Amino acid sequence: MHQNSSEYKKLLKKAERLAYSGLFLMGISIGLLFLKIYDPTLSIFEGKQEIAEVIDEDLIENGIHVRTGFVDDVGLMTVVNNCTNCHSSKLVIQNRMNEDRWNATIKWMQETQNLWPLGDNQKIIVDYLVKNYPPVEKGRRASLTNINWYELKK
Amino acid sequence: MERRKFIKKTTLTSLAALIGTEIVFGSNMLKNYKPLALQETDPFKLFSLDSEMVVLNDKPWNIEAKAHLLDDKITPSSKMFIRNNGLIPTEIDEQNWTLTIDGESVKNKTTFTLNDLKTKFKEYTYQLTLECGGNGRSEFDPPAKGNQWTVGAVSCATWTGVRLKDVLEAVGIKNDAVYIGYHAADTHLSGDPSKEPISRGAPMSKALEDETLIAYKMNGKKIPVAHGFPLRLVAGGWPASVSGKWINRISIRNIEHDGTKMTGTAYRVPKFPVAPGEKVKDEDMKIIESMPVKSLITYPKSGAIIKKGDSLAIRGHAWAGDLEVAKMEYSIDFGATWHQASIEKPVNRLAWQHFSAKINFPKVGYYEVWARATDSNNIAQPMLLPGWNPKGYLNNACHRIAIKVK
Repeated sequence: MHQNSSEYKKLLKKAERLAYSGLFLMGISIGLLFLKIYDPTLSIFEGKQEIAEVIDEDLIENGIHVRTGFVDDVGLMTVVNNCTNCHSSKLVIQNRMNEDRWNATIKWMQETQNLWPLGDNQKIIVDYLVKNYPPVEKGRRASLTNINWYELKK
Repeated sequence: MERRKFIKKTTLTSLAALIGTEIVFGSNMLKNYKPLALQETDPFKLFSLDSEMVVLNDKPWNIEAKAHLLDDKITPSSKMFIRNNGLIPTEIDEQNWTLTIDGESVKNKTTFTLNDLKTKFKEYTYQLTLECGGNGRSEFDPPAKGNQWTVGAVSCATWTGVRLKDVLEAVGIKNDAVYIGYHAADTHLSGDPSKEPISRGAPMSKALEDETLIAYKMNGKKIPVAHGFPLRLVAGGWPASVSGKWINRISIRNIEHDGTKMTGTAYRVPKFPVAPGEKVKDEDMKIIESMPVKSLITYPKSGAIIKKGDSLAIRGHAWAGDLEVAKMEYSIDFGATWHQASIEKPVNRLAWQHFSAKINFPKVGYYEVWARATDSNNIAQPMLLPGWNPKGYLNNACHRIAIKVK
């Protein structure tokens, strides 16, 4: 009888533990479910960096000015302050020109786009652009690059 | 480009921090009003775009498709390139929108409401190919200035509206008319209200074509804001900049229209061939009219791996400005041999045409499928870049995709 009752107690303990762990898992699942409903992209886990992006206007990461995408080099802020008021930095970064053509582009922007006189800043800006965004020779037709290979399903 | 999430802030102070300036009269701001500076942040939500669209520029908005996104026969707005010279109008009042026809060569200057246009004139629907004059610019060497479009600045949607011809004839065209020029409600990038971001047009011959529309519907619905709501001039086959968005005035001119981006080097190419990188005088440049013959392989997406022995079905679209595509070919040996692809007739003049072919590969290895269209004047696409020009327009070199046979 004694022995039986201790066996019985052990079983009861085991059942109790099982019930608690079940309850615990259920709690976690419900939590995850709510998280998924209210934050489907689960952005809560990646939010910090984005907040930093918005708040710190001068943040440089891996040599790149995070707010504009410009390369960090001498003249960066002169470029940011003079070249991103009307259009975005993306228009500058896409383009590859030599000194002559950047100067011609600045002249065109002054004649037609209300760009102000740049004074001594013009040389700083053009030097920065020519150094960091130089033209790349592509020839008459470049090879296909960055091909993402995939199995074509029939 | 990665979709960028943005953080919605609710208090005025953090709004000011985000915009970078104090919001004057902020306390008078309506409770649920979101300042414009915050509205234009995620283009994928703003314009309901396919997640694979590529943002080239976010001020002004310039967004292009990839070849495989253009597989639909009629381009949906989610996969349609967006090209802006200025800022999209922020306040559009459809009820009170008007279109004025004026200019030196108009007989009776007239202002129409949207309802006038819809009720006084017959409605037409055409599928029209619109390609940016600078589509393919990214391939020019030395590089040309501007948005570096690859292949995706082309679309062929269905446009519904009234014929420009009917409207112009109703108000009367003087004998000395040579050109029409549009004016629109978008804002110059500098914010200067005295400047127009773009005001282009077309000679009378193009303006009076049946397919040149003053459109108020795209793909059967109201035109999306990014594409010109509530009214867009649509002139298929010519650089898409002729198809002015948000138009409120069309001038019948007795001279070649001299609006913004009509003069200088904008939407112009040299009158004669020039060496790559050569400086060209403004007076040696001519306005681009009909776009050149071109095609795009829209299926499969580049990079497909197939099994040896399997054939590959390809398809895509071809167009030829004012002309028709007469012949479509493909090559799997870099142009040494060409094979005929089947090409359909356009659903109407100035609509792109669909081609397809079944390809068998002789052995395993790396292949490129090149597509080449030939227009009704027997002019074909070049395999190499066409003539270099200072602004990088009219690259109609053959499109190609990479294929591996295992």
